[in-house]
Amino acid sequence: MIDPVTLWTVIIGLGLGSFFLRFVFTGLVGNRAMPDWLLRHLRYTAVAILPALVAPQVLWPAATGGETDPARLAAAVAALTVGLLTKNVIAAMLSGGFTLYGLLYLLG
Amino acid sequence: MAITTVKSAYFSGVAAGAPFILVIIPFASLFGLLATEAGLSVVQTLSFSVVVIAGAAQFTALQLMVEDAPTLVVLASALAVNLRMAMYSASLTPYIGSAPLWQRACAAYLTVDQSYVVAVAKYERSPDMTLPERMGYFFGAVTPIVPLWYMFTLVGALLGAQVPDSWALDFAIPITFLAMIAPMFRTLAHVVAALVAVVVSLLCAGVPYSLGLIIAGVAGMMAGAQVELWTARRAAEDSV
Repeated sequence: MIDPVTLWTVIIGLGLGSFFLRFVFTGLVGNRAMPDWLLRHLRYTAVAILPALVAPQVLWPAATGGETDPARLAAAVAALTVGLLTKNVIAAMLSGGFTLYGLLYLLG
Repeated sequence: MAITTVKSAYFSGVAAGAPFILVIIPFASLFGLLATEAGLSVVQTLSFSVVVIAGAAQFTALQLMVEDAPTLVVLASALAVNLRMAMYSASLTPYIGSAPLWQRACAAYLTVDQSYVVAVAKYERSPDMTLPERMGYFFGAVTPIVPLWYMFTLVGALLGAQVPDSWALDFAIPITFLAMIAPMFRTLAHVVAALVAVVVSLLCAGVPYSLGLIIAGVAGMMAGAQVELWTARRAAEDSV
């Protein structure tokens, strides 16, 4: 159970922080240029943070007590592969979902 | 006359944003569902979506809170996921930077992946748009997206309590994230950034307070930036 004080702190903090990130340039920087090195790093935030977040959950899912689960691993591979091949987010999500449920059912 | 062109810019924005309805409905419902699974009330879940409107960051925060990570780490990680919003803001600035402050503030609140992508593509295609037309187009693009984000968070939250464990919804977040990441691998630098981040995050799995995620993210960003520099240098040498 998540403690309500923590939860509201996160909701409000994340709301203010996200607004700041969205407003920082249009609102505060105006038309001044940003240093190249900073832009170069910022370009890779999403592709670095999201896989880093997912990797441990794919290999050691909490739901199985941290033991590698063939169904979850295969579902992750399916979602990633279909996403890479089709560039279609919904197709990738569906492939991952079908693989997960298919294997959970078969391996029961 | 000005009012009609702004109106038509607004409606072409609505048309451009409409296809994303297909992504927003399942994504928002899933957030509502998982948030109530994690023990949030319906009011808390809906507030989360209204205050933050950023799917990936909300999922990240939720996941880390379920894992009992310290509040600071939850905030830092979720904001790191949202750092791309600063990139969006930077790239929108040349187009809408001279709009009135209140309009820029509204646009900032409404900057999401979809509205940014649609708007910047249009601004690049049509450099002759006036500033009010650009703002109209932007607000048009979010019209079919943001209200549905709120509404289906609520629907998911109301359904949430009835979903059994055997549905394995714990794995919906990883699958969603992987599906979202795959189309982002546009260059070698993107692939290297992701691989380095994954390896470092697995190596750092034992680092306390979920700080491994931040370390891995920074390592991945540095790797991506270096590969980009290296690729650009090689291309420059080849062309000489």
